[in-house]
Amino acid sequence: MLIFLVRRLGTMVLTMLVVSLLLFLLLEINVASVAIKVLGPYSSDEQRQLWLEANGYLEPFYVRYFTWLGNFIVGDFGSSIRFKVPVGDILWPRLGSTGILGLATMMVVVPLSLGLGVLAGMKEGSKLDRTISVGSIVTTSVPEFASAVLLSAVFVFYLDLLPGTSSMTDGFSLVQLSLPVMVLVLYDFGYVTRMTRASMSEVMMTHYIRTAVLKGLPYKTVIMRHALRNALIAPFTVIMLQINWLLSGVIVVEFFFAYKGFGALLLEASLNQDIFLIEACAMVAVFVAVATQTLADVGYTYLNPRIRFA
Amino acid sequence: MSTKQEYEGPILECRNLSISYFTRAGEIPAVVDFNLTLEQGGSVGLVGESGCGKSTVAMAIMQYMGSNGGIVGGQVIYKGRDLATCSEEELRQLRGNEISMVYQEPMASLNPSMTLGTQLMEVPLCHEEITEKEAYDRAVQILADVNLPDPERVMASYPHQISGGQQQRVVIAMALLSNPSLLLLDEPTTALDVTVEAGIVELIGEIAKKFNTSMIYISHNLGLILATCDRVNVMYSGVVVESGSVEEVFDHMRHPYTKGLFSCIPLPGTDKLAHPLVPIRGQLPLPHERPSGCYFGPRCDFFEAGRCDQAMERGTTPMHEVTGRAGHTVRCERWSEIDWESYKPEGVVAHPSERGHEVLSIDNMRKYYELTDNSIGAMISGKRVRYVKANESISFKAHECETIAIVGESGCGKSTFAKVLMGLETATDGDVMFNGKDVAELPVQNRSPEQVGSMQMVFQNPFDTLNPSHSVGAQLARVIRKFGVESDPVKIENRVMELLDLVKLPRDFARRRPRQLSGGQKQRVGIARAFAGNPAMVVADEPVSALDVSVQAAITGLLMDIQHTYRTTLLFISHDLSLVRYLADRVVVMYLGQIMEQGTTDEVFAPPYHPYTEALLSAVPIADTSIQKKRIILEGNLPSVMSPPKGCPFNTRCPRKIGDICETQVPPFAEDHPGHIIMCHIPMADLRAVDPVIVQVDKDKSAAE
Amino acid sequence: MTDAVAGLPPRESKVIKYLKGMALIRESVVGMIGLGLIVFWVVMALLADLLAPFPPNATLYPLAMPGQFVEGMGTFWLGTDHLGRDILSRIMHGSRAVLIFAPLATFCAYVVGIPMGLAAGYRRGMTDAVLSFVANVILSFPVLVLYIIIIATIGASAVNIVIAVTFASAPGIFRIVRGLVLDLRSREYVFAAETRGESPWRIMLVEILPNARGPLIVDACLRVGYVIITIGVLGFLGLGLPPPDPDWGGMINETRQMAMSFPHMTIFPCIAISSLVLGFNLLADGLREVSLRD
Repeated sequence: MLIFLVRRLGTMVLTMLVVSLLLFLLLEINVASVAIKVLGPYSSDEQRQLWLEANGYLEPFYVRYFTWLGNFIVGDFGSSIRFKVPVGDILWPRLGSTGILGLATMMVVVPLSLGLGVLAGMKEGSKLDRTISVGSIVTTSVPEFASAVLLSAVFVFYLDLLPGTSSMTDGFSLVQLSLPVMVLVLYDFGYVTRMTRASMSEVMMTHYIRTAVLKGLPYKTVIMRHALRNALIAPFTVIMLQINWLLSGVIVVEFFFAYKGFGALLLEASLNQDIFLIEACAMVAVFVAVATQTLADVGYTYLNPRIRFA
Repeated sequence: MSTKQEYEGPILECRNLSISYFTRAGEIPAVVDFNLTLEQGGSVGLVGESGCGKSTVAMAIMQYMGSNGGIVGGQVIYKGRDLATCSEEELRQLRGNEISMVYQEPMASLNPSMTLGTQLMEVPLCHEEITEKEAYDRAVQILADVNLPDPERVMASYPHQISGGQQQRVVIAMALLSNPSLLLLDEPTTALDVTVEAGIVELIGEIAKKFNTSMIYISHNLGLILATCDRVNVMYSGVVVESGSVEEVFDHMRHPYTKGLFSCIPLPGTDKLAHPLVPIRGQLPLPHERPSGCYFGPRCDFFEAGRCDQAMERGTTPMHEVTGRAGHTVRCERWSEIDWESYKPEGVVAHPSERGHEVLSIDNMRKYYELTDNSIGAMISGKRVRYVKANESISFKAHECETIAIVGESGCGKSTFAKVLMGLETATDGDVMFNGKDVAELPVQNRSPEQVGSMQMVFQNPFDTLNPSHSVGAQLARVIRKFGVESDPVKIENRVMELLDLVKLPRDFARRRPRQLSGGQKQRVGIARAFAGNPAMVVADEPVSALDVSVQAAITGLLMDIQHTYRTTLLFISHDLSLVRYLADRVVVMYLGQIMEQGTTDEVFAPPYHPYTEALLSAVPIADTSIQKKRIILEGNLPSVMSPPKGCPFNTRCPRKIGDICETQVPPFAEDHPGHIIMCHIPMADLRAVDPVIVQVDKDKSAAE
Repeated sequence: MTDAVAGLPPRESKVIKYLKGMALIRESVVGMIGLGLIVFWVVMALLADLLAPFPPNATLYPLAMPGQFVEGMGTFWLGTDHLGRDILSRIMHGSRAVLIFAPLATFCAYVVGIPMGLAAGYRRGMTDAVLSFVANVILSFPVLVLYIIIIATIGASAVNIVIAVTFASAPGIFRIVRGLVLDLRSREYVFAAETRGESPWRIMLVEILPNARGPLIVDACLRVGYVIITIGVLGFLGLGLPPPDPDWGGMINETRQMAMSFPHMTIFPCIAISSLVLGFNLLADGLREVSLRD
């Protein structure tokens, strides 16, 4: 188990390193364009050269990469070109806001989709199953931006119940959080539900469930003790990986609702070619994704006695 | 434990039971007009080929039919109660408590993420008012009763941590925990190796005595029914065709199907010339295509038009009592008219073997796999590379037109051996001379098309042997082109037709997809494919073990016939000793990658035996009442190939172990006659003195059959 | 050649056989609804020039003022947008871009992903380790982050979207194919092909790949649906096809500022994109259901 953990962490670090190298290659291999992005299109060649020299850009590529990486690891991401402040100063608060959004979404998605998935998978082919399955297909077919438009139309335009933007200028507001969360839940729960359903219905068809029923156990015990234990292993992984998807979703939602979060920041940075901010945002996003993936793997191994005691 | 009320009278009665499945295609009758009476302490066997409805009966007794199955007629009466009238809650109290079940796949029947202890304890905890402590103690006790060593350790284990045989013992223990009145066993040993099977069969016999439990034993194997039951129902296509005491049915069968079934299985003491197998012609009808009248009619030699195909009130022919034989019933209109004495059906063609020149000579072949151990412990000790000895010191010869059987249980190295021969793996050491050329280190890519074509394989699993995406003809044509037999498209097409003729399949099968073929037909195509390149040698890896017995007989016959015509050497890998006895000229017995014994079939099947051969022979279930066997039950588990025992590989389970020498020194190859080699420390004189395992007790009786 | 052997029924053409297989979808209600939706949009795209009441990029003053919501079923069924263009016509023309580029991008991703998956699953060992690691690195990016970085760097155009989709989806396809191959490679017919000395690529392409087609077709349907969403999202974020040609995501992006006052401008393109994605998802579900039956 320990070896597995070490190996998994090793892979994680290696992945991060490769990703960082890719990003660095993509964004900073051409030093001239870096200078243009920093100093603006109206700078002269001499000015650019001066800046490059002052910031160590004339060193060989690998020296620059390792310096950059070293700074990165200690949390020095450089300064944002657009906001003219250290990247960390804007990144961390934005990440916090997105954390709240993501957490709120997961708190709805997890119980909802596990519950629906288990209900549907318990009796495959029943009316309830078909309803839940088709329902979850329909909701995953509506992209976030579309459901944002539709939900806004209903709740903001026709019912006038909720605010149409969530900029939270006057501090944190649950009311403003509700529409973004609704949009994310609507798009995300369907997938987890269907995965849970698949896992549950597969377990319900196994021979050991038949054994449990024919032992004379009450149906409730069969489901709670025998089925769920095995059926929820796969959805656990799916939920952990869903965090990766959620990071995509928040970009759209934050953009639409003007929510001051990490996703909107990344988008803004990309559209403005704010390379240091892009690097930091991308690395953070990849870190979150890789970390949850590692957690999912480790958790899967822990939950599965066949691997745990192999 | 004795909360159950006493009940006089039969434990279980099935009256005119009919069961159907409902699919999109409509109602499919699975079982029709099934009757059964099981007395206290009695044991009844249900035997038949796949698709005959025997497992469906078990599930109907459990009232567990799934969403698309249902009882459409008749009753299941347990201790006087019609189970159809029971509520879900009443059924729940019966299941596991009064009626319990043992399943075919022990691993799949146990919950992989719960300890065995929890799974055992929940049975009494849910049926009786007892404490956890009492439940634990009882579980430990019952594990000891099914002869599991170290019950406490088993209680704390997960299913994957114990072997298949042990898992099945746990499932049996689980079934016995509440001391049920009725035990259903559905093919409980089919997934197990033959020596492990022998242990389970013995345990089932003990249980019957010890707990006075009534049993229904479901199996496709007549030999197992003989070993475990006192009554038997023979099923065919959803109906019981013959029912009676085991002795009656085995010795005086009246139904042509029962007779046919027995003629399909090779019995020990006979070979292909003295007692050729008689396959049942035709195919099992699909449930919705059953003929009117007798379902066996179209395949029966005694079929009488206008009488046997008469539509009947119950859908098929009714059961008739065999006069003068109490309790023996048969579903045949003509049972009393058939003259079995003068019935001499034509068996499969068999030829005496004519040995030709030497084709294959293997000398001291070894195959080791390297395993890299990445654990920290291994890194520290520096022993990172370990060797798995898949094959060790393999030596034997095969001649033209000869049939060599390689016998052994799972993990004995048969498959590795086949891979080395075919060139998918290369030998670590030693020689493999094939047609005078050493192919030991010649991978298949480096062999010439003639070399590849002259050594081909027939595979085990008919459902897997043909590529489902390509037509039969295309697959055969590819082989012909690949081996350079023909290159002209018309000639290839003609050759495909010849091959189909050779395996007795209609020519239009060339256009068919594999899924349109039955298991036996696919296996015929597999044989045709192997013979496409006019091979000098064919390796057949368990070619019939996945088939029903009536199909087995036909495929075995076909294989032997083609082999004789082409004078091919046949390397027949099998675990079925009866079949090996029937068709092989020489036998090689393998255990954990090594040859334990080899010799002619007669030499291997008679003393002196290697102790492993002896155990293997005694483990084979034999469907003949006139045969008596020695009982040798091997203790312990099959050791892992990863860490084989030192010295003699068999020493951990050997009942004839003579001392430390077995554990420390690799035994020598002792020769009894020239060619009969036994790898054992026991002096040959002692081995010669051993009694034969299989003895025919009543000659007259078996001669009459 | 067929006639060389007498007494055999004529060979069925491969195309007919395939269509017959496809016709099984009739047995799934859900699948038929999905197929219906897709066919509806394909017809729209093909006949946009004939059916659309107005040119897609024309301001229609004096019929309508830019930004005005025009009621009345006769002239503007779905109203006009902020520049006074007919929304129905724009949606009909916009379906063309989606129906060309989404399947094309998916196809490219398969062309890259399948050989990689075959090689990794069949050869295993180092090939597998390297390819899997590369796939994992790409998959460790949240998808949209990857798209945004790629498109922001190489610029927004139809070709670049296809490239980005290929790059981002191929690893997922790789994983699916690899998993299927790992299962199929242990079949006896593969073993049989090996024992007759077939080349590895022939085994992968002829013996293994055809048997993986069922799950791959289902996956392809889901993936086309997802690529449609992706193209929509990129358009919505302003990274899609350049204006003025209609693009559903772009239409939403252009008008979303006015959504609070004129929701019709955004709602109809939203319904269009959702219904098309739904069509592919339902078709995938139907295909899976039908394939599980046999």
